[in-house]
Formats: sequence, C-alpha cells, structure tokens
Amino acid sequence: MLILGNLWYIIIFVLIISYFALDGFDLGAGVLYPFVAKDEKDKGRIMKAIGPVWDGNEVWLLTAGGALFAAFAPAYATVFSGFYLAIMLVLFGLIFRAVAVEYRAHGGDMPKVWDVLFFVGSLLPALLLGVAMGNIIQGLPLDAHGDYVGGFFALLNPFALLCGVLGLVHMLTQGAAWIALKAPVDSELRAKCAKLRRTLALVDLVLFVVVTAAFFLLIAPTLPYAIASTVLAGVFAVLYVIGMVVTAFVSKADEPKGDLLAIVAAGVGCLGLSGIIGATQFPNLVPALDPALSLTVANCASSDVALFAMTIIAVIGVPLVLVYHVLTYRAFRGRVD
Amino acid sequence: MELLQDVVFLDRLQFAATAVYHYMFVPLSIGFGLILAILMTKAYKSGKPEDDHLARFWLKLFTGTFAVGVATGITMEFSFGTNWADYSRFVGDIFGAPLAAEALFAFFLESVFLGVLLFGREKVGKLFYLVSGWLVWFGSCLSALWIIIANSWMQTPAGFEIGPDGNAVLTDFFAAALNYSTLERYFHVLVAVMLCGALMAVAVGAYYLLKKRAGDAGMKLVRLGAIVTLVCAVLMVPAGHQQAVEVAEQQPAKLAAMEGMYESGPVGMSVIGWVDEANQKLITIEIPGLTSFLATGDFNAEFPGLNDFPENERPTDVNLIYQCYHFMLIFFGLAAIALVLALLVTFGKLDVSKRRWPLYLMMVGWAGALLAIQFGWCTAEFGRQPWIVYGQLLTADGVSAVVDAPQVIITLVLFTVVYTFIYVVWARSFIKTVKEGPETIAAADDAAAHPVKLDVEVQE
Repeated sequence: MLILGNLWYIIIFVLIISYFALDGFDLGAGVLYPFVAKDEKDKGRIMKAIGPVWDGNEVWLLTAGGALFAAFAPAYATVFSGFYLAIMLVLFGLIFRAVAVEYRAHGGDMPKVWDVLFFVGSLLPALLLGVAMGNIIQGLPLDAHGDYVGGFFALLNPFALLCGVLGLVHMLTQGAAWIALKAPVDSELRAKCAKLRRTLALVDLVLFVVVTAAFFLLIAPTLPYAIASTVLAGVFAVLYVIGMVVTAFVSKADEPKGDLLAIVAAGVGCLGLSGIIGATQFPNLVPALDPALSLTVANCASSDVALFAMTIIAVIGVPLVLVYHVLTYRAFRGRVD
Repeated sequence: MELLQDVVFLDRLQFAATAVYHYMFVPLSIGFGLILAILMTKAYKSGKPEDDHLARFWLKLFTGTFAVGVATGITMEFSFGTNWADYSRFVGDIFGAPLAAEALFAFFLESVFLGVLLFGREKVGKLFYLVSGWLVWFGSCLSALWIIIANSWMQTPAGFEIGPDGNAVLTDFFAAALNYSTLERYFHVLVAVMLCGALMAVAVGAYYLLKKRAGDAGMKLVRLGAIVTLVCAVLMVPAGHQQAVEVAEQQPAKLAAMEGMYESGPVGMSVIGWVDEANQKLITIEIPGLTSFLATGDFNAEFPGLNDFPENERPTDVNLIYQCYHFMLIFFGLAAIALVLALLVTFGKLDVSKRRWPLYLMMVGWAGALLAIQFGWCTAEFGRQPWIVYGQLLTADGVSAVVDAPQVIITLVLFTVVYTFIYVVWARSFIKTVKEGPETIAAADDAAAHPVKLDVEVQE
C-alpha cells in the first residue's frame, strides 16, 4: 500500500518541480515586464516570448492540484481551505494573467490596464506560492479533523515571507534568463536581461543562505517533525547552488551562446529548491505542530485501487504531455523578432 | 440578512455563480472549436484567401472566448478544496482521478495546441497547423468527458464502498467512471454545447446579412452554422430521450420534481406552470399523459410522485426544479426557431434582403440555447439537493469548516467585480471583432506578424 503512496508522493513533487521550472520563467517574465521593456516593441517581444508556452506551463499547476486531490485528498482539502484567501489571491492572479495576455496581445484597447493586470497577476502567484511553502516547512496548526486553524494573517509570518521573496527572486531569475534567451541577439532588451540574470541569481543565492540560516537558527530547534533525509536535502542544496552559479556565470552579458544553458541551469535550481523541501518533509504532506495530527502519506493516501488507476492514467498521459511539450518548444525555438 | 451568515448558502452561491459564469464560455468554446476546425479545413483544402480570412477571423472570436473559459475554469478546480474541503475528503478517492486525468489528457492538449494556433501560423507547417485546430477542439471535448464523469458520479455514485473513516473508497474504476448516467449525460451535454456554438455562427452570419457587409462571409457562416445546428438538433432527440429515461430509472424523485408531481400517475406535459409546494399542487394547463407517452409509448404509464419517496430522498426545492426544467424547454424552443429560420435562409426559401425580422431572431438563437443549457444544468444540480453526492453525503456536510461566512463574502464580492469586468471586456472585444469583419481582422493580423515590413513602408 505504501509503495503506491510513496510513488505518488514523488510524482506530485515532480509535477510541482515541473510547474516551478516551466511556469516560473513566464511568471518571472511577467513581473519583470514593466521594468525591462522600454517601449511597445519590447513589450511585444516579451509577450511573444512567453505567448506560445505560458498556458501549457500553467497546466502543470492544475495537474499537480488534481493529482494531490486524487492521491492525497485530505492534504488537498486542508491546504486549499486553510489557505483560503491566499489561494484565492493566487487564483485571481492567474485569471488576470490569462485574460491580460489574451487581450493585450490580440485585443488592442486598454493596453495600460492589461499591463498592470499582467504584472499583478504574475506577482501574486510568484510571491504567494513561496509563502505557502514557507508555512508548510514550519508545520501548521491543525485540529483533529485535519483543518488549519491559524487564520490568514498567521500565514504572513517573517520566515514564510522570506521564503516568498526567495521564490519570487528565483522566478525573476528564470524570467530574466528566458527573456535573454528569446530576445533578439543584439537587442538592448537581451543585454539588459542577461545582466539582470546574473544579479538576480546572485541575490537568489544570498537569500537562500539567509533562509537556510533562519531555518537552522529559528525554525529547526522547534521543528515538529523529523527531517527525512539530511543527506538527500544536502544533495539537492548542492544541485541548487550549482544551478544558480551556472546561471550567474555561464556567460558574459554580451555572449548570447550561454543563454540556453542559463535557463536550464535556473530550472535545475528549481529542482534543487523543491527537492530540499521534499527530502525534508517526506513522508509528511502537511506537517502539523502536533506531530500526531500531521497529514502523511500513510494517513492521506487514496486506496490502492484509486492509486493504481491513477498510475495507469499517468503512464499513458505523461508521455503524451512530454511529446506536446517537445513539439511546441521545438516549433517555437529561436528568438523572437 | 440571515443568509449572509449561512456559510452553506454562501458556498453554494459562490459555486453556482462561478460555475454558471464559467459555463457561459464553455459551450461557446466547444461549439466554436468545431466551427473553427471546419473553417480551417475548408481553407486548407480550397487555398482561397477569403476562406483563410474567415478561418482566421473565427480563430480570433474563438481564442478570446476560450481564454476566459480557461481562466474561469481554474476557479472550479480549486473550489473543491477551498470551499468544499469535507466533500473533497469524502470523494477524493474517486473524484480526484477524473480531475487529474482532465488536466493530463485535455488541458495540456488544448493549451499547447492553442499556443500553436495563436503564434504558429508562420512557424509550423500548414498541415500541422490544421491538425492543431482539430486537436484543440478534441481536447475540449475530452475535458467535458472527464468533468461529466466526475459530476455524474455525484448524481449516480457507483463502484465504491464507504470506508472505515466514513469516506468513499473506490472499488471499481470503470464502474465509477462509467456510472449509470455518465454516457447519457455526456451525449446530451456535448450535443447541446455544439448546438449553442453553431448558433453563434448563425448569429454572426445573420448580423452580416443584416448590415449587408463582409461579402458572402455572412451567408457562409449562416449555412455552416445551420447545418451543424441541424445535425445537433437531430441528435438531441435521442440524447434528450436517453437522458429522460436515465433520470426516470436512476433519480425518479428528481423526475417527479421536474414535473411537479406529488402523487403517482401518468405524467402530462405543460409549457408553463407553478408548483404550490405548501399545498402540494401543480397549477398548470397540460396535455395529459404526453410525457408518459414520450418516455414509454403509453399515455397511461404511471410514474411515482414525490410522496412515494421517503422524505429524505425528496428534492428540496420542487418549484425551482420545475421552473428550471421548463425554462430549459422554452429556451430550447427559441433556439429551434432560430435554426428553422437559418435553414430556410440556407436553402433559399426565405429572402432576408427585404424581410429583416428573421435575422434578428437568428441573432439571438444562441442565447436561447445557452439559457437552455444553463437551466438544464440547474435542473440537474438542484434536483440532486439536499445531497452533494446523491444518497451519500449531504451538501451541508461538504463545506470547508474553517472558511467562515466573512471570507466567502469577501471572495464573492471579488468574483462579482472581476467577473463583471471580464465579461464586459469579452463582449466588447467580441463585438468589435465582428464589426471589423474577416477582411480587416486578417489584414491587421498580417500587419502585426510583419511589423518590420510595415515600418519600412511607413518610412518610405
């Protein structure tokens, strides 16, 4: 029974990592959008750079949400109801973004309104997803029914906010790397974003050190759960650091040939960051302040019949999804004009 | 004011409002998708620029609508966890899999190939581009399948047992997915949404005929829309019939409420009426026995009335269900009138160059179909109350215990503001696109795709 449950724990982490690695860059590009685009032409370039792929990237979040519901319904119920207002803000962000991209790129009027909504709609998920992670790392006040009883403002504690900023800066790094990859070789936009990519990657590394220090000094002494594997968490931390160092130093701002490697390395950084959380948390899905109430693989997993059906669905579906992604990223490879 | 403190009411209101809103765009998207794929195929085969322009014009209408449908669909997937946590815990073993499958099989297909449609016209081969059009439509049909599977399980749960912790546990995947009502309801819904989208093609075409604009694009759209609508309307006969038979077998109490029947007997057919719930009386003028006849071929076939069911199995709002069901029929009638007129125009039996009124009716037929669909869904879902999972879990027991009334009121207000804004934007953009017409849209599209060339021309 636990085998399938553990498998789905890993699958959901893979889905979340895919989401951060892919949607991270277009969320980041959306937050950078008002700051790096100097004119309509640059704005058009950024829209074109993310236009064909952002929607597919976002589906990873929906898939992760659906998979969490299917495999670990109590955890899905607790997180989504417990973080009610925060989740709703993420949701409104995603709605704004979807509509803004469509009507900014193809609609015409009210460009200023769409620019603001695109920025806000990108910022809310980019910031709040990290805040949510920061809260889960600390453990949540749950009652015997499995409901979160802390209230909205308790979610905005310093450590969680710090994690939120880390997540945001990481996505900004990805965003800068993506724009640098897609903007015309000799454009000012590319040069600007390539420079920014390095600065952001370094800030990200500093933030990571701060978050790690804060974790060991403030959170770890009263951590309500045992860290699953320090070794594995360490491996992921090293992966993260390598990813970010490569992102920062892969090329000078005037050398476009490292642009592809930079975005991939930033993605490896996502793998590292998310992997640390997985390696720390396992087998907890939502750790509670009272360890007896934690939501874990053992007490949350769906039945074997359900998990087996889900596994079949995933075995058929995931390769198809990968084929779609290869097709579309190949079709839209190269820089925009 | 009591209602504002009633969190079950507020959660239901929010779900109903966001679902109805989402469902204003879904039928148009799926229906538009089929029209788009046909137009693209035609353009691919003929290679004529005017066919190409019409397909690209329709693509623009489609993507604007589709984007809103996608954006508001995320709300629905999240809402089970946010507002219906105990429901999620109860059904997770069964309900989650279709949602995950929907994302995996349908959402990726739709979103990736929509990206190709939007940005890839000059990047991918012509055939790849055409196939992308069909795949987007196919993806939206798949999406509907998974969501109907999930919803049908709430209506006619099967393939499960109640586990030791009181939650449903899957025992047989196929029995749960293909439960007693899935296929009937999928067929019914799919035909209805296609019909609605095709009537929008009729409406846009009728507008051009009315304004005598856009060359023969108006007539082309009316013709294509009329034929697709006709096919759907013909299919609707077995679809509606099967659905009625299924409800009669699986949810007989719902059927009784749909006709406002308290005592058993033959069922008549009425167009309008009022159910006096206090006195258990239906006030209407009806053709006696006609519904019995349609369902069984026998005017005297008896169906049970509401009083034949134990009190806890009777739907809560009988008059509401009665009205929704009958409004569905009335608005379908409006759609049918638009169809008949569109067919007469298509086959040259009705000259609209002088007579204008048929065009106005053809322009509103889609709204009739959309309202019929909405009232149909309301019938199905109100008819399920007080259960959230029919016979298994009460709606009142499904809400999130930690989300209190003020929080739901905050999000209800936000949804109202944001959704109203989006609707205005969508409608304005839709109308603007239609007014500009296929030629202008295609020209603007070309200009946007080749800004550099345009710049050179301007400089010269």
